[in-house]
Amino acid sequence: MRFPFVRYLQVIWDAADERLGISTVWNATARHPIPREKGFMAWTYVLGSMTLTSFIVLVVTGIALATVYIPSTGQAYDSLQYITNVAPMGSILRGLHVWSASAMVICIGLHMIQVFLIGAYKYPREVNWLTGAALLALTMGMAFTGQLLRWDNIAYWSIFILAQQAARFPVLGPWLVDFLLAGHTIGGTTLSRFYAFHVFFIPAAIFALIGVHLYLVIYHGISESPKLGRVVDPKTYKHWYHSLLEREGVPFWPDGVWRDVVASFVLVLIVLAVAMFYGPPHLDKPPDPTDLVAQPKPDWYFQWIFALLALSPHLFEDWLIIGGPLVTGLIIILVPFLSNRGERHFARRPWAVGTVVASFLLVFVLTFEGTRAPWVPSYDAQPLPRSVVASNNPLVVQGANLFKTKGCEACHTIDGYGGTRGPDLSYIGEDLTAGQIIWRIQNGGTNMPSYAGTLTPQEQDALTAFLLTRKRPPVEQAGREQKGTSRHRTRGSEAGR
Amino acid sequence: MERSEEALTQELAREHEAEEPIRLGPLTMDRRAFLNLISVGLGGLLALPIAVPFLGFLLQPILMKAPTRWESIGKLDEFQIGSTVQRDVTDPSSLPWGGMANRTAVFVRRESQKELIAFSVNCTHLGCPLRWEAGAELFLCPCHGGVFYRNGQVAGGPPPRPMVRYPVRVRNGGVEVMALPSVLGVE
Ligand code: FES
Repeated sequence: MRFPFVRYLQVIWDAADERLGISTVWNATARHPIPREKGFMAWTYVLGSMTLTSFIVLVVTGIALATVYIPSTGQAYDSLQYITNVAPMGSILRGLHVWSASAMVICIGLHMIQVFLIGAYKYPREVNWLTGAALLALTMGMAFTGQLLRWDNIAYWSIFILAQQAARFPVLGPWLVDFLLAGHTIGGTTLSRFYAFHVFFIPAAIFALIGVHLYLVIYHGISESPKLGRVVDPKTYKHWYHSLLEREGVPFWPDGVWRDVVASFVLVLIVLAVAMFYGPPHLDKPPDPTDLVAQPKPDWYFQWIFALLALSPHLFEDWLIIGGPLVTGLIIILVPFLSNRGERHFARRPWAVGTVVASFLLVFVLTFEGTRAPWVPSYDAQPLPRSVVASNNPLVVQGANLFKTKGCEACHTIDGYGGTRGPDLSYIGEDLTAGQIIWRIQNGGTNMPSYAGTLTPQEQDALTAFLLTRKRPPVEQAGREQKGTSRHRTRGSEAGR
Repeated sequence: MERSEEALTQELAREHEAEEPIRLGPLTMDRRAFLNLISVGLGGLLALPIAVPFLGFLLQPILMKAPTRWESIGKLDEFQIGSTVQRDVTDPSSLPWGGMANRTAVFVRRESQKELIAFSVNCTHLGCPLRWEAGAELFLCPCHGGVFYRNGQVAGGPPPRPMVRYPVRVRNGGVEVMALPSVLGVE
C-alpha cells in the first residue's frame, strides 16, 4: 500500500456504511443491471436523464430567483427588472431558468417519442408510460405558469386568454375561471395564485411522480432496445428479460450512466451558452391593463395552439378548445392499453411511425404559421408613398389616403405595403370592375367588414378610383420594374404566375 | 470484497422472483383487522381538519360575490356624438397591493344626444385587448384577426359574440359606468 491512510479511510467508511446502509441502497439502485446497448440506440436512452437534468437546473435556479421575485401584481414587474438589470448574475439566472425550461419541454417530448417508437411502454412498463404522460402534462403546466410569472403586458393578456378558454367549459366554465384567477377578474390575488402553482403545487407533484417513475424504471429494469420480430408476450416476458440480464446485463453505474452524464453536461453547456450570449427573454411593457397596444403571443412551445385558435373553423372552436386537450390526453393514456404486447420494433409498426410523423408535421406547420401570424392586422402600416400611388389625379390620391385612414391597409397589401390578412390588392384593378369593387366594400365578405355607413359616397368614389388604377405594369415596363425594390419584384413575379 | 457483477445480477434476479405479492386480507374481523380499520379510519379522519380549510381557502373565489360600483368617467360634454374613446376605471374589488392590475379600460361611444355605450375592451374570442381604429370605425383584435363594428357587432374573424357591454348612465351631467365585475362580462 502506497497510501496507508486509505486503510483508515476504509475503516471509517465501513463503520459509516454499516450504520447508514449506503452500499445496500447504492447496489440496488445505481448498480441495478441494465441490458447492454451499443451505438446510436444506446444514446437514445439519455433523453430521460436529460429531462431530469433540466428539471434540476430549473429547481436550483428557481429557488435563487424566488429569493428576489415578488409575486404581487403590483411589484412583480419591478422585481423582474431588478433581477434582470441590477442584481449580479440575475440575467444569467433568469436565462438559465427560461432556457432550461425550453430544454425540458424538448427533452420530455423527444423522450416520449423515443419510448413510443421502440415500444418500451409495452408490458410490464405501462405505468412507466402513464406516469411519464402525467409528467408531460405537469411540465406543460409549469411552462405556462412560468410564462405568466414573467409579469409584463403580454403575461397579463395571456391570463385573459387562458381564462376565456376555461370559460368555454360547459357548466363548470365560470367556476373554473374564478378558481384560476382567484377572483372574478385579474387582480391582487391572481399572480400569487399562479406563483403558488408554479413553485409549490406542480413541482410537488412532479417530484412525487419522478419518484414513482424512477422507482418503476428500476423495478422493471430499463427496457432492452427492440429487435425485429422479437415480440412481447406478458406470459414469458419477465422471465425472458431476467435471463437476458443474467446473460448480458451490465451495472447501470458506470456502464450506462456515463452517457447520461455526457449528454447532460452538453445540455447544460448549451443552456448556459444561450443564457449568457442570448440572455433571458425580453420583458415587454409593464402589465398595464389600460395600455391596449399589446401583442399577446405565447412562448414558442404554445405557438402552435395560438395558430390553431386563429385558423380553426369558428363553428368547431368550442369543441376544439375543450375537446382537443381532453382527446389528446385520452389518446396518450390509452396507448399502453391499446397495445401492450406484440412487436416493439418501429419498422413493424407503421401506425406508430405514422402517428409520430403526422403529429410532428401538424405541430411544426402550426408553429411556423403561429410565428408568421399572417392574420394579425398590420396596425402600423406606412401610408402608401407617392411612388406606389403614381398618379396626380386628386381623386386617386384621396383614395390612396383613404386606403390607409379607413383601415384597408391593416389587412390588404399594395406593392408590399400593408397587412396580409386579406387578399393582396396590388393588381385589383385588373380583376374587378368598379361595380364589383363598390359592392365588395359596401357589403364586406367572410372576414371583411362592410363599409356601408363608414364611407361617404364621395369617399367611396375616391377609393374605387384609386383601386381601379392598380394594374400590372405593361410588359415593356417590366424591364425597368426589375430595378425596383426587391419586394416590388417578388410581387410582380408572384402575380405573373 | 467486491462481488462479481454476474453474481450480483443473478442474486438480484433471484430476489426478484422470490418476492411475494401483497394479498388483501380475509374479510372477517379479527383483532388485526380491527387495528387496521382504526388506523386507516382515524388516519383518514385526521386529513379532514386539514383538507377542509385548505380546499375552502383555495375555492373561496368561486363563492365570493364580485362587488360592483358606478365609476365616474367624465362629463357628458367631453364625449362627442359619434366618437369612441377609451376611459380608465378602477376595479371595485381592488386590493392594496394590486398595483396596475387594479385598473381596467373601457371603450365609451356616444351614439346620440342621449345614448351612450360602454364596451369591454376584451375581444369576445379569447379576451385580447381590442384597438379602436377611428378612421376605419372598427375594433381590431391583435391576436387571431377578430374585427368588430363600431356598435360592437362582429365584422370578421373568430369572435363568436358581439362585444360585451357594461351598464352606463348619466348623473347630473356626469357619465358613470358600472365597473367591471368579471372578465366574462356583467354577471
Ligand atoms: S382574441 Fe380576438 S380574435 Fe382571438
